[in-house]
Amino acid sequence: MDLYEYQGRDLFERHGLPVLAGGVATTPEEARAIAERLGGRVVVKAQVKVGGRGKAGGVKLAEGPDEAVARATDILGMDIKGHTVHKVMITVTADVAEEYYFSYLLDRANRTFLCIASVAGGMDIEQVAADTPDKVVKAPIDAVKGVDEAKAREIVTAAGFPAEVADQVVEIAVGLWQAFVAEDATLVEVNPLAKNGDGRMLLLDAKISLDENAAFRHPDHEALVDQAAVDPLEQAAKAKDLNYVKLDGEVGIIGNGAGLVMSTLDVVAYAGERHGNVKPANFLDIGGGASAAVMANGLEIVLSDPAVKSVFVNVFGGITACDEVANGIIQALALLEQRGEQVTKPLVVRLDGNNAEAGRAILDSANNPLVQRVDTMDGAAERAAELAAAGV
Amino acid sequence: MAIWLTKDSKVIVQGMTGSEGSKHTRRMLAAGTNVVGGVNPRKAGQTVDFDGTELPVFASVADAMAETGADVTVIFVPPQFTKAAVVEAIDAAIDLAVVITEGVPVHDTASFWAYNVAQGERTRIIGPNCPGIASPGASNAGIIPADITGPGRIGLVSKSGTLTYQMMYELRDIGFSTCVGIGGDPIIGTTHIDALAAFEADPETDAIVMIGEIGGDAEERAAEFIKANVTKPVVGYIAGFTAPPGKTMGHAGAIISGSAGTAEAKQAALEAVGVKVGKTPTETANLMRKIMSGS
Repeated sequence: MDLYEYQGRDLFERHGLPVLAGGVATTPEEARAIAERLGGRVVVKAQVKVGGRGKAGGVKLAEGPDEAVARATDILGMDIKGHTVHKVMITVTADVAEEYYFSYLLDRANRTFLCIASVAGGMDIEQVAADTPDKVVKAPIDAVKGVDEAKAREIVTAAGFPAEVADQVVEIAVGLWQAFVAEDATLVEVNPLAKNGDGRMLLLDAKISLDENAAFRHPDHEALVDQAAVDPLEQAAKAKDLNYVKLDGEVGIIGNGAGLVMSTLDVVAYAGERHGNVKPANFLDIGGGASAAVMANGLEIVLSDPAVKSVFVNVFGGITACDEVANGIIQALALLEQRGEQVTKPLVVRLDGNNAEAGRAILDSANNPLVQRVDTMDGAAERAAELAAAGV
Repeated sequence: MAIWLTKDSKVIVQGMTGSEGSKHTRRMLAAGTNVVGGVNPRKAGQTVDFDGTELPVFASVADAMAETGADVTVIFVPPQFTKAAVVEAIDAAIDLAVVITEGVPVHDTASFWAYNVAQGERTRIIGPNCPGIASPGASNAGIIPADITGPGRIGLVSKSGTLTYQMMYELRDIGFSTCVGIGGDPIIGTTHIDALAAFEADPETDAIVMIGEIGGDAEERAAEFIKANVTKPVVGYIAGFTAPPGKTMGHAGAIISGSAGTAEAKQAALEAVGVKVGKTPTETANLMRKIMSGS
């Protein structure tokens, strides 16, 4: 889960890291209240999870509460690269003398964490690394030993931070690591890490990603999810414990296992190239044990997407037996009818693996006019795409 | 003789008394796996009956190894306890730990991996969030269905569970030496490269199927490894060509961020080193079938 800048600022503040005083507003009046509390000149910043806010006019200075209201009015509702601004962050201003860069992130390739530090901050770090690689230090962090003062000093020295800020940066490096671990983050990026005119270091921006697998030890992380930004179908699916991602095509996809479902999306997209360019409408992994209830929930979500014209149920029976899946599909359709849903979209079902013959026989004898059985993955994808193209 | 798991492997199960653990212990036994016991400190000294096979429960992995000579552990404990379970297995210096558990925080995986490295990597870790490893006809450690395919001379390494099963099914007429599901998490104990190296060295493996998916650059690094080290034919399949950037596709590791992790890049890297890449699982299986039939 990626956090907004204001959530990152709050998180840093909770962990005792130096940030600018501020708050978040969803209305101009809330912006006024924050500006009054902060006093003096403030910055009003659009909260969107996309870069280039400044250029788009999403970051403005305001001399006091009245101007803060005016700037917030301008920025709230603004569209920045397809993202509507629903919140603005108001902070006091900084008198920036120097801009540096500091981050911790997951290093998949080396199966550990990585610290990236640079005295060339405020810019795109990938660009800095490409243009002047000697200005960027990448230090692997041992996940057990972590970052203590000695390790932090090693990084700060290697990156060439000036002597007058070195002690402060060491302290921030240690504190930031502790926050990174305590919050189960996979990324904390501070760009810029700034030196203020008075010589104090400040974390002026926050880009943070949190590990959703660690939610069980962070009950507070749930509140950080921006419900307004979550697709309503994804929200409904999550409430039913389904792994669903909304896409923008016409063929609904249900399968078991993340890899097989990903593969199904591809196979349907290839078939779509021959049938009106239809595409997958969603990713939905119903997992290993595809019971009738889970199948009904999955079908309900997929069928409630108005863009869906046909559905492809692609199941490889590994642990799950295909006869159970077939019964699940038939019962699910009956269940949906009981719930008052009018199911009119055709289903193409491919069952293979454990008890496939029995499963196919169940589908055949149920003789539901909406259900078509095709026994190969490629063939079934072709049929589902064809049906979606005909229904568009 | 397959890789990492053979008919001589003695398997214990951490979490054997839990619902998933007991279900799959039963299945492993039915598949002919030599399961010799389980671990649960609260139930140490008890035995559990699996359709007539009485398996002892030990207090620790070390105890189980001392008593039974076990050299493989399969871990089914919930995510909250997975790190401790793996660390216990590492401390006992068991040869192979197969971590089935899904949903392990990546800080925990990074931590037990770093710990394993610090101990000299005595333990091979497969997973987490993986279906396990199966050497058809010999042994089965994890949740891979045992009856999809019989023994043969193809090696299979895959990030995905059901795609593994699909590929085993497609090529069941030829059969497999060993099938390894390495898991779809951002940090995993055994990589494509580890499996490729083992298959290259295995006299009972003639060719290798490698299944990858979007996210990270493991497939690109595998391609470099193949170029320098693998003489046996390799065919590849990559899932997620049509996945949009920024959306996690089921596996925590399956996400395209920026320009990194795309299926196109992985396919290009593999093809550049002579690996034939299929567009669909069926096409990939057919590429392998051609290689195995010598045409």
